[in-house]
Amino acid sequence: MNRIATAASEEPSYLGGEHSIKSWLLTKDHKRIAVLYLISVTLFFIVGGIAALLVRLELLTPAGDLLTADGYNRAFTVHGIVMIFFFLIPGIPAVLGNFLIPLMIGARDLAFPRINLLSWYLYIVGGLIAVVTILLGGVDTGWTFYTPYSSVYANGAVVLTGLAAFVAGFSSILTGLNFIVTIHKMRAPGMTWFRLPLFVWAHYATSLIQMLATPVVALAILLVVIERAFGFGIFDPAVGGDPVLFQHLFWFYSHPAVYIMLLPGMGVMSELMAAFSRRRVFGYHIIAFSSLAIAALGFLVWGHHMFVSSQSPYAGLVFSILTMMVAAPSAIKVFNWTATLHKAEVRFDAPMLYALGFLGLFLIGGLTGVMLGTLGLDVHVHDTYFVVAHFHYVMVGAVVMAFLGGLHFWWPKMFGRMYPQLPARISAVLIFIGFNATFFPQFVVGYLGMPRRYWEYVPEFQIYHVMSTMGSFVLGVGYLLPLIYLLWSLRYGEKASENPWDAVGVEWLTPSPPTSHNFHETPTVVWEAYEHEMFPGSEVASGRPAAVPSHSRLAEAD
Amino acid sequence: MNHSHTAESDARLFHQFADMEQQHESWSLGMWVFLASEVLFFGALIFSFLLYRSVYWPTFLEGTHELDLVIGGINTAILLTSSFTMVLAVYTAQNGNHRMAAFWLIVTSLLGLAFIGVKIHEYGLKWEHHLIPIQGLEFEWHGEHPQQARMFFSFYFTLTGLHALHVLVGILAIWVVAYRVAKNHFGNDYMPVEIMGLYWHFVDLVWIFLYPILYLFRA
Amino acid sequence: MNQQQTHHPEHHIGLGTYVAVFVALMVLLVVTVAMIHVDLGRTGGFIVAMLIASVKALLVMIYFMHLRTARALTRLFVVFGFFWFAILVVITLSDYLTRAGWPPRV
Repeated sequence: MNRIATAASEEPSYLGGEHSIKSWLLTKDHKRIAVLYLISVTLFFIVGGIAALLVRLELLTPAGDLLTADGYNRAFTVHGIVMIFFFLIPGIPAVLGNFLIPLMIGARDLAFPRINLLSWYLYIVGGLIAVVTILLGGVDTGWTFYTPYSSVYANGAVVLTGLAAFVAGFSSILTGLNFIVTIHKMRAPGMTWFRLPLFVWAHYATSLIQMLATPVVALAILLVVIERAFGFGIFDPAVGGDPVLFQHLFWFYSHPAVYIMLLPGMGVMSELMAAFSRRRVFGYHIIAFSSLAIAALGFLVWGHHMFVSSQSPYAGLVFSILTMMVAAPSAIKVFNWTATLHKAEVRFDAPMLYALGFLGLFLIGGLTGVMLGTLGLDVHVHDTYFVVAHFHYVMVGAVVMAFLGGLHFWWPKMFGRMYPQLPARISAVLIFIGFNATFFPQFVVGYLGMPRRYWEYVPEFQIYHVMSTMGSFVLGVGYLLPLIYLLWSLRYGEKASENPWDAVGVEWLTPSPPTSHNFHETPTVVWEAYEHEMFPGSEVASGRPAAVPSHSRLAEAD
Repeated sequence: MNHSHTAESDARLFHQFADMEQQHESWSLGMWVFLASEVLFFGALIFSFLLYRSVYWPTFLEGTHELDLVIGGINTAILLTSSFTMVLAVYTAQNGNHRMAAFWLIVTSLLGLAFIGVKIHEYGLKWEHHLIPIQGLEFEWHGEHPQQARMFFSFYFTLTGLHALHVLVGILAIWVVAYRVAKNHFGNDYMPVEIMGLYWHFVDLVWIFLYPILYLFRA
Repeated sequence: MNQQQTHHPEHHIGLGTYVAVFVALMVLLVVTVAMIHVDLGRTGGFIVAMLIASVKALLVMIYFMHLRTARALTRLFVVFGFFWFAILVVITLSDYLTRAGWPPRV
């Protein structure tokens, strides 16, 4: 521990140095921007979470008593828009990706630090517009903005909400652009494509989707905004427009967007599996390519959201078959992670518990996704709670588990402090239990016929809704706990060493927290991904405890 | 390749890059990736327009006849010329002649302004002919399907409006670059001009497709 | 040739080429406008106009935007942009070309 303190005293960490608010708000350091993002996505998570609790409380009883019908529509719309555009999409890439990609590939920063800061400001502007919209009473369109409801009939500030999503999309495009260029052009000597951590591969695939899909939804939402503001008739059937065209443009982005949320989570999973089973990830190349396959195939299946629109049944058939295909690369990842664990000495530290939670929840979410991709079954359960449960298992269960797992894994690196293990483990278990308690009953009640977005329901469904609401409180406590002990650790936590988990990766050669410029000298990578034997920061390699100042170790690597 | 960078160009090196070559390649790739994204943005809109046009073509044909072929053609010529002057700016910047580079950049931006001017004139004509499809304004159409005509003009204004917005952003950016080139802030580093050029040519490229689909399908 | 000109040979295309491309673009503009007097039918006229526009776009990209001398990676991202646009068009059309009730009766 002392030696770390010495290393830190030579050059201040990125957290030290200037402390003024201005130095944070004008920072071009990818690590500080990641922290800004962490704070802001957490705030939006709380906003979206409050809306979710309102929805769950309303559904506790069959009668619509807590909220008005209109208020209920607005609550689930706020929940959806905030959680998707302001938490899940930027979540892992803009926080963990931003912080880690330059560190993992041995770069001093992202290729475009000023654009990185600009992307945070755009995110904040979009977020503020969203908050203003909420204060003005919100909208009731659902996060999907379906026309002609959104463009003609809906109440509330559709124009403002659309602008919020549009600006947030711009921010997302700039983040993706930055990652693509950084990963192509900024890798350290020796860091070949097949030595990249799988986290970086996953983010590369994510960035491609962000670049190629986001402009289309930006356009679709812009057209809705124009149509509503000026009365242009592009999607309005009353003047010959086709509302299904909006759905095509919307889902061309919004299905791949599921992978914008999920792929970075899968990247986190690969890192956690390797670190806590202390071995190389089984089938490295296959996992790397499966990320690209998911990104590419994810673009071919959007029509499975539109089986019961007036879309052609022949197109539906094709979309259904293609949907089966996109399940394959996801399954490959799950098999490879499981194989990594096989006969390994697995350590069950808190991050690993989150990772195992991801495996369980993603399995259920993924398999029910295949069920829903089947055209015949989807017609039966379309727009029911079965769908709600499915996408929450993937987008909340799996992705938030991965986000928290990654945050617990790299927290010591980001802030130089360890958090207490016991509450972290308890919270991982609580979230797993609470999540299943909340959403598993929704599969059942959905299959029985409970439609989504309904404010009242028949009394025989109440038991499932009560279970779900109870579960959501357990889940809420599970999400609140990390907020408490992680903040506590910032001041009282034990100081973290450079490589507290004995993991492999360039980021573990830097001090915890890293210095502003990341590296004293550019590291040279001589080890394969996750290979302990050649990794200079590993206990196996050096035979020494993992607390040697980084520059000396980097010199050895040369 | 000759890598004898002068001290001047090394002063232009941003801290995150190892050398000027890496910096240049990153900038260039970054702009191209952004333009790939723009292809999808305009592409989706143009596709939507063509989709409706294939269905409502008789009315859209009448709409096309309301647009002035000559005005559109002049604007196309203006933009093509501005692309040429932009290329001259890049060329002179490459040759280290920063004064001429700044001159050609300004010429390019003036041609951009001329394009906007013609566009405003054209919008004015639509106003006079009551062809603005905004709610509350009178929309006069003597053909059979005024609703479809509204849709045609909705697309006309959206397509040309978003394009004009890109032109305006380009003009502002050119002024910033031109100012810095004139002050010789970039020294031997011509890449800022090159990157500016990529964006400007893309805006020209969009118009190369907008002109035929809006003005030329008259048969 | 002065010294700086060898600085970044990868972007160097001669002035003569630029002028030739500009002239070609203007000629193609005249040609495409003139084509409206040739009766090629609705589809034929569309195809010819789009072909001419594509040639113009390619000229701009290859010469003015220096794709001719660009790296393979740059070209790859150009291909990505147009390929993904093609995905959008083809798959969406797979719906419209087989949908009952499309085109709508007007």
